[in-house]
Order: sequence, then structure tokens, then C-alpha cells
Amino acid sequence: MMSQAETSEKPQFIWTEFVIEASIRVLGFSTIGFVLLIFLFLLLEGVPVFWEVPLKNLFGTRWYPNFGYFGTLPLIFGSAFVTLTAIIIALPLGVLTAVFIREVAPEWLREILKPMVEVLAGIPSVVLGFFGMIVIAPLVRVIFNAPTGLTVFSGALVLAYMSLPTIISVAEDALDAVPKSYRDAALAMGATQWQTIWHVVVPAARSGIAMAVMLGMGRAIGETMAVMMVTGNAARMPLDLGSLFMPARTMTATIAAEMGEVARGGIHYHALFGIGIILFLLTFIINLAAALAIFRKQRRGGLR
Amino acid sequence: MINRMGMQKAGFVLLGATTLVVVIPILLVIGYIIYEGMEALSWQFIRAAPFDGMKQGGIFPAIVGTLLLTLGTALVAIPIGVGGTVYLAEYARDTWLTRCIRLAIINLAGIPSIVYGLFGLGMFVLFLKMGTSIMAGALTLAIMTLPVIISTAEEALRAVPTEFRTVSASLGGTRWQGIRYIILPQALPGIITGIILGLLRAAGETAPILFTVAAFFLPHLPQSPFDQTMALPYHLYVISTQVPGMPDSIKYGTALVLLALVLSMNIAASIIRSYFRRRRQW
Repeated sequence: MMSQAETSEKPQFIWTEFVIEASIRVLGFSTIGFVLLIFLFLLLEGVPVFWEVPLKNLFGTRWYPNFGYFGTLPLIFGSAFVTLTAIIIALPLGVLTAVFIREVAPEWLREILKPMVEVLAGIPSVVLGFFGMIVIAPLVRVIFNAPTGLTVFSGALVLAYMSLPTIISVAEDALDAVPKSYRDAALAMGATQWQTIWHVVVPAARSGIAMAVMLGMGRAIGETMAVMMVTGNAARMPLDLGSLFMPARTMTATIAAEMGEVARGGIHYHALFGIGIILFLLTFIINLAAALAIFRKQRRGGLR
Repeated sequence: MINRMGMQKAGFVLLGATTLVVVIPILLVIGYIIYEGMEALSWQFIRAAPFDGMKQGGIFPAIVGTLLLTLGTALVAIPIGVGGTVYLAEYARDTWLTRCIRLAIINLAGIPSIVYGLFGLGMFVLFLKMGTSIMAGALTLAIMTLPVIISTAEEALRAVPTEFRTVSASLGGTRWQGIRYIILPQALPGIITGIILGLLRAAGETAPILFTVAAFFLPHLPQSPFDQTMALPYHLYVISTQVPGMPDSIKYGTALVLLALVLSMNIAASIIRSYFRRRRQW
């Protein structure tokens, strides 16, 4: 006991602490290392495709790897089409729900709604994909009289719900960051609660809401299993609105469906990693924009 | 002027109705899978291996596989995640390097799960020659869960009042002693919540394990970390898309077991969080 008291009186170098603090530092920086490693391995395995396949082929409209056609456009368009449709559905749902939860719902209701949204975020995508296949696809086929239920629309519907938790929670944070004084001022001017929400709070939170939608979009682009199970996986160019009720194939589903069967180190293998590079860069840009917005807003006190 | 309150009422009804449109399908999905899955559920279904082209028997190997994968993920992700959190919350100053870490975490959270799968295949399976194995799958899943663990746990560490650190230091404690004996115990519920939320995601993911660990059909249990294994999410994918003539009851049963596993973790996380929030004295 005596010696312990002595050491604590006079701070001295302790080896174990030095080792612990050093390893904590290393662990702190490890996340940067992981992002770099992921990008490095995508590049290592994906970049060769750019000299194995001529660019004209790579950005062509035909994806038939078995016949040497590696046109990624149908996949890029497929992803874009499904994602945009999903966001068109999810944007109003997500933002209005966030407004309801944050601004209108009484405390007890909020305590029920928030965990429910979290539960939705926790449902595995393969379970939602299964539900989409077995319930939503047949419904879509019957209601819209389509030849198959596995369509862009069915996939987008499932994706919309999958991106809702992201949109709702980020939009809620944005609303939360609107200063109380804004609300007080509007109410003091004689505005109703609704007018305050609609004309003051939501506009003040608009950049945060825009970010919520962006992050939801990032989530939707990267979603794999549910999309693969529900959108039908036909690599065709979706060029008109009628394609909404036709199958399409996304970048993520292509990788998931084909990687199991390709020869390692072959052209097809490199091409799938190449698609991975596109996905990585897309989500990287979206999240970089979000991160920069967060850093900027932190100085102004909260995300708006 | 009369219309103002009418407008408000209409507006609130619209908001409430939209919320119902969001919430009801969640209940429907869960209720439907529970209802349909209960029929398939039996002791036999949980304890037996599949046979007859997976059309009969149970899903025991897939359940064990998912538990092993989740355990492996925990072994890797918890030390890295908690260490990284302690660095961010207690050591890091607001420099550009710290911002790079935050940027990296936000990006890790946004990287598509299938890209993690590609990375795991390239790095762990092929480059480090682990083969398709529990090891490779758990490492891949662990990196994917880090951002969830770190962001939840950091919030918990930051919620511990500064006075606790000051008092610890004023009593002669070193920085690490303060963290080890004061901050971490106080923030433990939040850290555990973060860990559960991260592992829940790992347990339910399919895309990252497609090429790193998952076996289509493997009636016996894995013997070592370098074996392949079946896993619940992948098994659900396989039986609902790759096996023609699969009886529906087995699909619903598998979906229910996976959903029950994930939801119970979810509920555990919220109980821990709310219980300790109420008990907290600061």
C-alpha cells in the first residue's frame, strides 16, 4: 500500500500505461487504415479490367460476360433507376414521418415510434427480400397487370422502406437542431403550430433534410440482397417509364449473383471488382459530402 | 382566419397518416413472418440438420454457423471498436487527423455490404490465404460493424460528465486509470448497446459472407475457424431463390428464426439503454 501511495504522489513513467495508450492510439487510427485497405484491394483486383476490356465495350449497353460483353451501362442505369424510384417514394414518407415524430407526436407516442423505426433498420435485408418476393411481387403483378412481379417498382418499394430509418433519423436530428427561439418567435407572431412547422422549422432544417435524403440514397444504392431477390435481375437498359414494371439489374446484385461462379483472376472477376470500385466511389462521394456538412455545421451548433 | 386551425388539423392528419403508412408495413412484415413461421417451428426444426436436398429436416448447422460468425465478429470488433472509441472520445483533439478518422468512420458506415464482401474475398480469402472460412467472414463482418459500435459507444463516453475526469485526476489518477476505473464503467451500458447493435447487423448480413464463408449445404458443424459454415441469412437466400420446389414452411421458419434472433438482440439493446438511462444519477 505504501509504495502505491508513493507512486501516485509523484507521476512517473509506467510501462503498462504507455503500452495501453499507444495501442489505443493505433486502434483510433485503424479505421482510416481499413478504408484505405478496402480501396486498395478493390483497385488491385478491379483496375486490370480497364486494359483487359476496351472502354467502348466497358461502357456499352450489353452485359453478357460469357460472350465477352462487359457493358456496365445497363447495371449503372438499373441501379440509378431503382434508387431514384425508391427515393421518390421514401422522401415524402421519411420527411413527413420525421416531422410528425419530432414536432407533433406526444412524448408517449414518440417513445413507441422511435423504437419501431429502429426495428425496421434491424430487419435483415434478406428477410425483407424474402417478404418482397413472396408478398409484394405477386401483389405488384396482379395490381399493375405486369408479366412478372419482380420489377423495378417492387424493388424500389422494398428499398424505400429500407432507406426510411436513415432518412427519418437524420431528418429528425436536423429538426432537432433548429433553435427553440425560431419556434418561439413564430408562435409569438401568432402563427399556428402548423404554420410554424411548415414555414419556419422545416425550411430552417432544409440542408439537414437534404443530407438525410442523400444518405438514404447512399444506403439504397448499396443495398444488395433485397434488390437482388425482388428486382428480377435482367440486365436490360431501362430507358422509358414502362421499364418501371419490368425487371432490371443493379450493380450490387450483379456482383452478388456472379462472383460465386467466376474464375479468380479472370476478366469477369476483374470486371466485378471494377463495379465494386464504382460503388465505393459513389458512396464515398455521398458520405464525404455528408461528413463535410457535419463538420461545417458543428461550428454553428448542430446539424441543420 | 377560420381556416388556420382547419389547416393545422388537416396538416397534422396528413403527418399522422404518413407515419401510419411507414409504421404499419413494419408491423405487417413482422406479424406475417411470425404467423407463417410458427407452423414450421419445432424443436426438430431447430435441432436437426437439413436433408433430402434441404427440403426436409431443420436448420441447426445454419443457426450454429451464424452464432459462431457473430462470436468471431465480436472477438475482433469489440477490442478494436472500444479502443477506437476511447481514442476518439478521450484522447483525440480536434485536428485534421481526427477529422480524417471521423470521415473514415462515416465512410465505413456507408460502404455497401457487397463491397465488404469483395474486400473480404480479395484480402482475407485470397491474399491472406485464409480460404472461405469463418475466420475470413468474421474479419470482414467485424470491419463492417466498427462504425456502428464506435458511434454509439462514443456518445456514451461523451455523456460522462467532465467532472468525473477532473476528480479522478485530482485524486492522483493517471489518464488511463480515470478511463479504466471511472469512464468505462460509467459508459458501459452505452458501449454494450453499441456492441449489440453492431453484432445484430453482422448476424443479419448476407452480402459480406457470400464469398468469404458461406456454404451452400454443409450438414455437419464446422470444426475449426478455417472451415466454411452455413449461416442463417445465406441459407434463407439459398432456399428462397436457388432451390426449386422448396416447401414454403421451411422458408418461413428460417426467416422467423433469423428475425427472432435479430429482433431479440434489438430489444435487448433498447432495454439496456433505457434501464440504465433511468438508473443513472448524473
